[in-house]
Amino acid sequence: MTSLKIKLAGLALAFMLPLTAVARAEDMGIDDPQRDAYYEALKGKKVVFVPLALGFDLTDGWYASLKNQLEPLGVSVDVRDPNWSTDAGSRAITSLIAEKPDAIVVHNPDVQTYAKLLRKAEQAGIRVLQINMKSAYATDVFAGADYMDIGRRAAEAVVAKCGQGTSGKIAIVQGVPTAAASAYQLRGISKVLEKHPEIKIVSNQAADWDASKARAITETTLQQNKDLCGIIGFWDGMDVGTGAAVKQAGRDKDVFIVTSGGGGKAGCDNLKDGVFDLDISYDVPGQARDLANGIKALFQSKSKPGENNYSLYTQLQMLTADNLDKYRNFGACWTVEGLASK
Amino acid sequence: MAAAQGPRRRFKASHENIVIAITVILFVGFSLFLNGFLTTGNLLTLLRSVSVLGILGVGMAVVVISRGIDLSLIATLAVGAGVAIVLSRPDGPLPGGLPFWQGALLGLVFVVIVTALTGAIIAYADLPAVFTTLAMGSVIYGVGRVLFLPAEANYLPESATWVFALGRGQLFGIPISIICFLVVLVLVHIVLRKTALGLFIYAMGDNPVAARSAGIPARPATVVIYVFAGLVAYFAGLLTAGAVNNINTRMFNSTLIYDVLLVVVVGGIGLSGGRGGMKNVLIGTLLIGTLLNGMIILNISYNEQSLIKGLILLLAILVDTILNPRDEQTSQQGDI
Repeated sequence: MTSLKIKLAGLALAFMLPLTAVARAEDMGIDDPQRDAYYEALKGKKVVFVPLALGFDLTDGWYASLKNQLEPLGVSVDVRDPNWSTDAGSRAITSLIAEKPDAIVVHNPDVQTYAKLLRKAEQAGIRVLQINMKSAYATDVFAGADYMDIGRRAAEAVVAKCGQGTSGKIAIVQGVPTAAASAYQLRGISKVLEKHPEIKIVSNQAADWDASKARAITETTLQQNKDLCGIIGFWDGMDVGTGAAVKQAGRDKDVFIVTSGGGGKAGCDNLKDGVFDLDISYDVPGQARDLANGIKALFQSKSKPGENNYSLYTQLQMLTADNLDKYRNFGACWTVEGLASK
Repeated sequence: MAAAQGPRRRFKASHENIVIAITVILFVGFSLFLNGFLTTGNLLTLLRSVSVLGILGVGMAVVVISRGIDLSLIATLAVGAGVAIVLSRPDGPLPGGLPFWQGALLGLVFVVIVTALTGAIIAYADLPAVFTTLAMGSVIYGVGRVLFLPAEANYLPESATWVFALGRGQLFGIPISIICFLVVLVLVHIVLRKTALGLFIYAMGDNPVAARSAGIPARPATVVIYVFAGLVAYFAGLLTAGAVNNINTRMFNSTLIYDVLLVVVVGGIGLSGGRGGMKNVLIGTLLIGTLLNGMIILNISYNEQSLIKGLILLLAILVDTILNPRDEQTSQQGDI
């Protein structure tokens, strides 16, 4: 009897063991109390991106990466492409104010044009984030390059190359002079150069972000100044023209070219080919992550749109032909396909 | 032309001569007062920087002489060259990419198709050229961007060696792009002056109705003219790509088309058609080139440059209007 009881008990135990094991697995670890709120805050939200235009590395990169980071969380990411028209951009933002998406990401053509509209959008309860190019009106989040710092770094690099024992002559190839990127960068450069009287700016011209114009300007400058030592260009997409002119003149070994850009594959290729010597990268994948995190934080925040202003300046990368392999591990030399398919 | 028939006729104060005079004054002034302007190196740089503009000017001039206008030239330039590049890039839509000459051939076919369509609409549907080409510019740009060119900047594949040579090479110390400009200029000059097609073009521009009554095949000739302008633009696009490594479709949004019109109009080819020739394109190109080059050497700021360009244009038009006042006949010719 007893032995039967024991046997039965043993059998019952044998059946219950896996059950208790399952019960224990349910109890393992602890619940993260925040995660439900996080997913809930993001789910079903709508973000609209208003770039200067799609179709070039910076804007395509931001857009692809935003979609990649936010869409799996149930956030829809759309774009209104004004194709370089500030009028079309203003109209897009105006109609968005009526449509009331949860957030707008704006890429400003200059510091003034969208300022009033951005304030109106915030008053209408829309979160407004600005990417890389600032408006005079500060909104919830600005994520982007500190162009004054880019100017400072570019000028310091040129000062280091074009000091004692050289002609000290440098040229500046600006983009569109009214763009924030040009104006702030120029100030950064001049703050450094005023401490270095040995450096002479022999040419300071605007090439409208156009490679052909940059090439024509640089050719003429090189003709006039056979001993030119350095060039600061304002965007690597434009400065392929600057570099082509220097190469054509056979001066690519002794003219130091600094430029800046998003750190994409084209910039890296041009560094490898010796078109530029230094490309100060504002790390588009990093900026896109800052932007996505800004959006996530704002959607969880209880503050009103425009109540706080956060500036998230990008950590810059000083890309040269020699350190590309190192920076590749930190997102440099990215492609849009890569950002879209992570 | 009553005013020109007075005693002033001795000075031959035509538009053309005025522009030549302005160019010469600028040129001599820069030579005297600007160190390093009058050097072989700088003069070659000057010419090279406007050779693409000059080539586009040739295409536009032929259309304008036939009493048309082609505002879609820049779209054709950017998209045509872009298609050639994208189809022959290893990472393009075609796996591995075509050899560059095949891509270039397909770019050419694309340009012929769209420009023939433009010409046919103008010739057979009798739509005004200015609106047709304005719309076709957007169509060409849109089709190009949607079907072939998702990115604005399209870098030349390394296999495109002859395009690099066109854009950057030199022959006897002269940049090849300058030689290209001069060759196109001379070829078109011969076509305009020595061939039946040239005769048709002037006749159509001078009086389209009379030209048609005289038995000139005006409609097919119009199609040929627009295709020709498109091919010139395509060639200019390849030159541009060779010079700066890539073609950027954003050129379509730039003011380049107005610069091309400026070269043609300042050079003295009236928008009412039937007048002027390749000499005027050369003069207009040289004036713009001298002006731009001098202002870069002087390191004049962006805004001042715009002001000076505007003032010189205004001066050219003003002097022309005073010396060659409009009369009943010329003002009726349908200026734009």
